[in-house]
Amino acid sequence: MNANTLKILLKKEVSLIRRNPIIPRLIIAMPILVMLIIPLVTTLDVKNVGVAVVDNDHTELSRRMITDMNASEYLSVTGCYLSYDEAFLQIEIGKADAIVTIPKNYLRDLTNGKRPELDLKANGVNATKGILGTQYATMSIAHTISQWQAEQGINLPMAKSNAMNFYNPTLDFRNYMIPALMVVLLILICGFLPALNLVSEKETGTIEAMNVTPVGRFEFVLSKLIPYWIVGILVVTVGILIGWLVYGLVPEGKILNIYLATILFSLVMSGLGVFIANQSKTILQSIFMMFAFIVVFQLMSGLFTPIASMPQWAQYITYAIPPRYFIEIMRAVYLKGASLADLWIQYLSLTGFAAALCFVAASTYKKRA
Amino acid sequence: MKNMIDIQGLTKRYGKLVALDHVNLSVSEGCMFGLIGPDGAGKTTLYQILTTLLSPNEGSAVVAGLDVVKDYKKLRTEIGYMPEKFSLYPDLTVDENLHFFASLFGVDVKDNFDLIAPIFDQLKKFPNRLAGALSGGMKQKLALGCALIHRPRVLLLDEPTTGVDAVSRSEFWNMLATLKEKGITILVSTSYMDEAERCDCIALINKGKILDINTPGKLIENTDKNLYNASSKDMYPLLEALRTLPDIKDCYTFGATLHIVTNDSFNPDNTISQLRQRGLKDVNIWPANGNIEDLFIKLAKNDG
Repeated sequence: MNANTLKILLKKEVSLIRRNPIIPRLIIAMPILVMLIIPLVTTLDVKNVGVAVVDNDHTELSRRMITDMNASEYLSVTGCYLSYDEAFLQIEIGKADAIVTIPKNYLRDLTNGKRPELDLKANGVNATKGILGTQYATMSIAHTISQWQAEQGINLPMAKSNAMNFYNPTLDFRNYMIPALMVVLLILICGFLPALNLVSEKETGTIEAMNVTPVGRFEFVLSKLIPYWIVGILVVTVGILIGWLVYGLVPEGKILNIYLATILFSLVMSGLGVFIANQSKTILQSIFMMFAFIVVFQLMSGLFTPIASMPQWAQYITYAIPPRYFIEIMRAVYLKGASLADLWIQYLSLTGFAAALCFVAASTYKKRA
Repeated sequence: MKNMIDIQGLTKRYGKLVALDHVNLSVSEGCMFGLIGPDGAGKTTLYQILTTLLSPNEGSAVVAGLDVVKDYKKLRTEIGYMPEKFSLYPDLTVDENLHFFASLFGVDVKDNFDLIAPIFDQLKKFPNRLAGALSGGMKQKLALGCALIHRPRVLLLDEPTTGVDAVSRSEFWNMLATLKEKGITILVSTSYMDEAERCDCIALINKGKILDINTPGKLIENTDKNLYNASSKDMYPLLEALRTLPDIKDCYTFGATLHIVTNDSFNPDNTISQLRQRGLKDVNIWPANGNIEDLFIKLAKNDG
């Protein structure tokens, strides 16, 4: 390792990056756009679920149920229909997502102490909307009934379910996404860019001129990685700032813990990137290989789909996916204020991945074919 | 005079393809050595082994007294290599490229500028132009300058003048001659036969094998004595007609004329009248001086 050579190589890399017409702009614009737009559009909150009502009761209570549902922010009653078939047509043409059928003599049966049943059906094509829609409708109806019973002086013991979400009380999807989006940015910037940079030296042939110089392979690879490590840390900083200024989300835990994980994860991704670059002769090959990894990383790291809801065998696989640990750390530090002691398994796993991938990257990089 | 490059039984295989087949070659110090062969002859493979970019399967190669496999680290400071493909950073300027390569070898551009001064005569005018924006000839000069900036003992040039115009090519060879005078050993490959004649010594290589090694003068002496030029108004029918005649061993296009290799019993005048009877106009046949290209065609034919 020669510090002077590294300095010369770094100077060259920086001037090449600066002269590139796209990369510097992309490095600045992409994190900002991702952090500003994606949290707003990727939300699991379901609003305005269309409800078609078949009111066979026609009483004061049934009308009140309908008004209350319509008043809810989450539901909108598309109309009252005379028959189930008419209401179903609304689902078929896409106007409604759920059908609530109030049976005949519902009010009478209820006051007589019977347990009449309401019928709730939802369109399962958009599963999230269907499930959440029926839940919202059930809650709204239950609320109306208990209010009405209280007004009538009837005091029936009702089983109340009470759910509360810890750490993210309003289940705001943004709070869940923002820490994870920084992970996505690091995957691209610390994994993709240095790999492409290395392969482009192969494509332009400059690697031949480099390889006949006394420059060691470690200095050469490090000169490719260091600029992107710095960019990676800057991107996370920008992400934290946007999270705070735009979304008012401040990490509960120590910011230093976030940076420690960032550095470890940058090493993991750089190692993987260099390994892929070593295997490819052209940029096209490396892009395809990178994509294969990125698709798996994005879909199986718990970024969008919770790992707990995956099948058991898939959950085992996620242990081999480095971003899983980084996402866990980011969410735990951000939302729970977790400390290094709470997350030592995740930090240790990332360190292990970083060491292993950097070793593989260094041992597959050869100056001589 | 000791040998600057010594190659013994060098063999390189890519799977089933044998790129170099037991090549033996030595280049003495201060010599301008030409490596002549068609595309795919194995020239670039040989260069990549000599520049420590590729490991041979068999045999040994010693450059500047250093083994290309064992002493590759030290060897990299002793050689200057110019690959066939332009390999400088297109997004760095002329000056930046030069200083970058100089500093990688730990030398100062000023200290060695005398060596490259004649090459940089024209490039001096635009030190801040991006290397990618230079013309083909200028690119070659810059690449040569960068390959020389650490004052190597051996200069390895792989088809340096491919894609360069005739004037720049000639200039380039004049520069090589100056470098040779300064004691630098040069191994240069080319597929231009006229360039080959400017070397001290040349090796003809085809299909991974060395066909012949000698000085250009000696090699030309070995060309066929019975060599003639032939021309007529319509060249292609002439070529076809000549190939059917019994006294003619070989016939191929050579610039604007045809070259024919004949038996001793060949009589130009008889052949001219024979060809006229076949309806060919303005037929002319006269003796030709063989050159490297003729020799190469002969050797490649015997080999194939």
